[in-house]
Amino acid sequence: MSEMSKIVRTLSNVIFPFIMIFGLYIIAHGHLTPGGGFQGGAVAASGCAMLVVAYGSTWVFEKIKASRLSAFESIGALGFIGVAFFGLIFGGWFFNNFLVRSGIIFNNVPATGYTGADFNTAGVLPLMNFAVGVKVIAGLFVIVLIMAYASSVKEWKQ
Amino acid sequence: MSVRNIIALIMFTILAVFFVFTALMIHPFGDPKVSKMDDYIIMNTQNETGTNSGVTTIVFDYRGFDTLGEATILFAAVSGVLMIFRRVKK
Repeated sequence: MSEMSKIVRTLSNVIFPFIMIFGLYIIAHGHLTPGGGFQGGAVAASGCAMLVVAYGSTWVFEKIKASRLSAFESIGALGFIGVAFFGLIFGGWFFNNFLVRSGIIFNNVPATGYTGADFNTAGVLPLMNFAVGVKVIAGLFVIVLIMAYASSVKEWKQ
Repeated sequence: MSVRNIIALIMFTILAVFFVFTALMIHPFGDPKVSKMDDYIIMNTQNETGTNSGVTTIVFDYRGFDTLGEATILFAAVSGVLMIFRRVKK
């Protein structure tokens, strides 16, 4: 897939930071607002896919190595399982929310009912949201990128 | 028709019958109007897990294993795509 016209590239340059900020906002506020790691990661990865469409897959493929994205995807998965295993170690069972009322971080407990949004709550859920967000961004982006690049390069198939 | 087509037709029929019966046997939408689990999660989410968003609590805390399976599915999809579209040496 070759690059598109200058109008499309300029507009994607303008829109791209807003899409990334919106996706990262959804990931970071996953324990307060609707959304979470998967949804925010999908938004951010679609922003990266817009770069693939606008600039062409070969340009993006030269800038970012697919193996590195795959490594980030594995790092997200390992972080997710690692947080769950920390629950097993510190709290007693798998997926234990051991950070609630622990006094370390994310340890506030809101009152039952209608309360304001406090970012410093929810225990391990922000960490899990972050890990899943990294995983989904890297995973969806590498899927789009490798399929676009492999379909555009002729000698790829051999 | 070859044997392969006959086998495929039989398998397709079995799958279609299975899906149709499954779709017919689903209980109507919103059938148990009030269940104890809804009330428990609504009343105890904020106290037990310290989270304001109940949906995120169910996804990542109460039903963490489902999310683990979903992450595994995404990992398998990425592995499959990278394996299928790998660069083949001559």
